[in-house]
Amino acid sequence: MSVDPHGSVTVRAPGSLATVQDLGRPGYAALGVTRSGAADPPALRLANRLVGNPESCAAIEATFGGLRVEFDTPVLLALAGAEVPATVSGRAIGMHAPVWAEAGDRLSLGRPGRGLRTYLAVRGGIAAPPTLGSRSTDLLSGLGPAPLTEGVRLPLGPRPDGWPVVDQAPVAPLPEIPVLRLWPGPRDDWFDPAALRLLCTSDYEVTEQSNRVGLRLAGPPLPRLVARELPSEGMVRGAIQVPPSGLPVLFHVDHPVTGGYPVIAVVDEDDLPSAAQVRPGGVIRFRLATDRD
Amino acid sequence: MPEPVANGDPSEPEAAAVASAESAAAPAALDADGPARARSGTARPASSGPTIRRMGRGALLVELDDLTQVQALHHALTVDRPAAVEEIVPAARTVLIRFDADRLPAARLVDELRSRDLAPVPDREGTLVEIPVSYSGPDLGEVAELTGLSEQDVVRRHSGREYRVAFCGFAPGFGYLVGGDPRLRVPRRETPRVRVPGGAVALADEFSAVYPRESPGGWRLLGRTELTLWRPDRPDPALLTPGDRVRFREVR
Repeated sequence: MSVDPHGSVTVRAPGSLATVQDLGRPGYAALGVTRSGAADPPALRLANRLVGNPESCAAIEATFGGLRVEFDTPVLLALAGAEVPATVSGRAIGMHAPVWAEAGDRLSLGRPGRGLRTYLAVRGGIAAPPTLGSRSTDLLSGLGPAPLTEGVRLPLGPRPDGWPVVDQAPVAPLPEIPVLRLWPGPRDDWFDPAALRLLCTSDYEVTEQSNRVGLRLAGPPLPRLVARELPSEGMVRGAIQVPPSGLPVLFHVDHPVTGGYPVIAVVDEDDLPSAAQVRPGGVIRFRLATDRD
Repeated sequence: MPEPVANGDPSEPEAAAVASAESAAAPAALDADGPARARSGTARPASSGPTIRRMGRGALLVELDDLTQVQALHHALTVDRPAAVEEIVPAARTVLIRFDADRLPAARLVDELRSRDLAPVPDREGTLVEIPVSYSGPDLGEVAELTGLSEQDVVRRHSGREYRVAFCGFAPGFGYLVGGDPRLRVPRRETPRVRVPGGAVALADEFSAVYPRESPGGWRLLGRTELTLWRPDRPDPALLTPGDRVRFREVR
């Protein structure tokens, strides 16, 4: 008999990286704690809606597929985000749809054909103990549950009262090359006027040195005008920091709360989920935000 | 695909030892509504007051002259927090304000910020935190050498002043304390330590700090405290928060 009143999910293989994520812990930046949370929040929200959970429930964020879990109780589950081939005890299941699994069933994710992060929501949500009001794993600060490893058992929360209203959600395919809208500043005046143009007219490759903290980009370096040091200042997700190499770093959900390199521009927050789905080797483009955005 | 180690600013206690560079860059004024321009701003407006820069759709960066002004604005915003403001992040020369742009137009927040009083925070305001320190850190002798003081004198001066938490960063609960004795201003170590123990009491440039947990770090270690600086299981997780007053008390 299980000690978890609502059942549990046991990790059989985490794949490259799997973490527990919800919508993060806003409000603690002044204490040095970043918001963290799902790298692709719309995908997390959708997966939760599909099983009738509140959108803020915690789910598993699987990076580049490969996740395998086993349920010790009958569950309603859904997958959203990067599309992966998936099976429940050998039976193929679809994305973006609620799926029943029985006690003892095993869910197995293959590799995504496009995109990077897939969310597994289970009705009731993952009930790992919260830290500062959130169950998110913050890789930079080491807050929240540790990245998942084989054998870890995650308790489930109480089932919500409501039931999902759709059988399948239509979802637009991920773009091959996402175009991210930019807000210039706050330190664009530290750069050659050509730098912002260069940023908006060049392809930038997301390198292997990219993670939930930031995306290190390879492409034309951005020429700086001001060479002196910048006193550390507050950072936001989406900030494009430019170290002396000129190669931009796009701060993502687990970014440090302060930084000491000038930020030439900030990616509109609504476009960050698509950046979260670009894998190393993939390309992103930028354009200026307009008033209609 | 491996998720590589953190990037960004991992050696923050080194990088953040701020030179006292005044804000000499031509300040860009804020045009709060127009993102679609080649530059985020042009010139400082005729009206006085801090330069306010946009940092994406939902954040403003207020640039101030010095830490005293940073603390003043942070204090003013904490005492009377505008609705729709989600985060207030003081730093060395700036205050970052993250807000809900759907509820509060940036231009209105700019007006609101310009109206704030930047008078220094009165000395007696802010919670007083006393930190007992055993002054036997590995760099005590070096700090004495660098400052030309005796070790005893270093300890006396370090514990003899009241500090204020100017801002936090680097790690959860790592507070940058200002107000220390100017005679104790020493540079960071040439080579940062790979491992600084949690509770280490350190200084560098104009700041003092306590490392909340074991981490790399390049500050000079004067001693150690048994106090827990960071308690993530508590509603108030940080012992030191911006605006708090701090005294170090020597224990033997």
